[in-house]
Amino acid sequence: MLKDITLGQYYPQESVIHRLDPRVKLFGTFLFIISLFINDNFIGYIASVLFLTTVIILSKVPFSFMVRGMKAIVLLLLFSVVLNLFMTEGEVLVSFWKLTITKEGLYTAIFMALRLSFLIIGSSIMTLTTTPNHLTDGLEKSLGFLKVIRVPVHEISMMMSIALRFIPILMEETDKIMRAQMARGADFESKNLIKRIKSLIPLLVPLFVSAFRRANDLAMAMEARCYKGGEGRTKMKPLKYQGIDRVSYLIILLYFASIIAIRVIV
Amino acid sequence: MEIVKADHLSFDYIRRDEEGNVEGITTAVNNVSFTVKKGEFVAILGHNGSGKSTLAKHLNATLYPTEGAVYVEGKDTNDEKNLWDIRETVGMVFQNPDNQIIGQIVEEDVGFGPENLGVPTKEIWERVEESLKAVGMYEYRTKSPNRLSGGQKQRVSIAGVLAMHPSCIVFDEPTAMLDPIGRKEVIRAARALNDVEKITVILITHYMDEIVHADKVIVMDKGSIAMAGTPREIFSQIDKLKELRLDVPQVTMCAHLLKEKGLNIPGTILTNDELIEALKKCR
Repeated sequence: MLKDITLGQYYPQESVIHRLDPRVKLFGTFLFIISLFINDNFIGYIASVLFLTTVIILSKVPFSFMVRGMKAIVLLLLFSVVLNLFMTEGEVLVSFWKLTITKEGLYTAIFMALRLSFLIIGSSIMTLTTTPNHLTDGLEKSLGFLKVIRVPVHEISMMMSIALRFIPILMEETDKIMRAQMARGADFESKNLIKRIKSLIPLLVPLFVSAFRRANDLAMAMEARCYKGGEGRTKMKPLKYQGIDRVSYLIILLYFASIIAIRVIV
Repeated sequence: MEIVKADHLSFDYIRRDEEGNVEGITTAVNNVSFTVKKGEFVAILGHNGSGKSTLAKHLNATLYPTEGAVYVEGKDTNDEKNLWDIRETVGMVFQNPDNQIIGQIVEEDVGFGPENLGVPTKEIWERVEESLKAVGMYEYRTKSPNRLSGGQKQRVSIAGVLAMHPSCIVFDEPTAMLDPIGRKEVIRAARALNDVEKITVILITHYMDEIVHADKVIVMDKGSIAMAGTPREIFSQIDKLKELRLDVPQVTMCAHLLKEKGLNIPGTILTNDELIEALKKCR
């Protein structure tokens, strides 16, 4: 169950998308998400689907990997679909008992579902094709201008990359503690919600304790390897734009422009 | 030439209650003096709570002595301006392989140290390549550390330290969390660094069979040095080791018992081959 979360996991592969500069991918993901919220008709979504499909094929990451990330938001998805479906007022399509489905409700529900799933798939492509170090390098570089107003950009990006590195380790640990507690009779599958939440306490306490211990160890290991903050640090993989990055910027901007055009025209 | 020198080193852990008042003092290391020469393989031995890990943390200025001093290449670890020089000279490999790998990809992790030192990009790649090759992990360079075995992870950690070009590496119980195969891999890597790269190795452990090849062994007990000498000198004193709740390698014990039964086995036996030779002569 815990292994289903693919967000923040890297999928090693040789592809154009993998080789792209992380700044391009960040920019692309950002514009893609905005474009999802600009879309208000099916033609716009077709353009998004085309764009997304091309990127997925180019990335050579199995589609099932991205869908796996979706499982985590199934509940949220259902919730928003159901709410939109029944709560929107307008032209009545079907009506039974106290519930009515309206045409507008149907549209918003579908759009909402599409938006959410595209959002997850779009951002998981970024994390699947970019090593976290690369990603945080990209963030550090793109947000470098914030240093002027004393935002600790380097520290934040280092924290993020470490957090990402420890996600799978902590997952594994959660699994282990869960099993240990289950062996002693803890009930994590109770139907009763309050009971279920209560049963998380014996899971979270040891998890936090061990996370702090790990943090302490890691800090010591980093200092032992002469980590002293961002100043005077060189990069093993410095970011340099290649020809393909410039082309990608162009493609992303073209996509974005066409989305706006579709919205304006249709 | 000596690379590490501990001079009457003592260290106290101070326990405080919630208001910050001193509740008690535990002396973890008590008046310890020793020197390590360049190129030596020194093992520090002791059971849990003997102060050996605390001692190790003094060698690269992670902890500072309460009394006495530690010198690395003649530089006092107490002096803050030497701090980064010392950490560059003395690398450290810790116990838990998961908690010391920073990168999400093997090569990125090995590059972390040189990045911190401000090494130019091209040289970082050269260092990463040579370090990974030295520990035999080059073919895993693009893998995620999470998919490696414990021994492999530990070898990546060693490569990460090696890439900083230290003259001495302290191994703080590097094998305590590994299976027997992983232990062998790590010890083999440590010995290769000592033999081939001429790097000074200080190995902290409580496994006896790992120290057989050391040049010098220091046995710690209750924060003080209980015994010091070559492995042969140490293992010849089986009774004293037992007093300190330490074992001897299986083959040494076997030879010792055979000798007690009246077989004519000379000196102290440390390896299987030695025992075989000795037994052949008995016939």
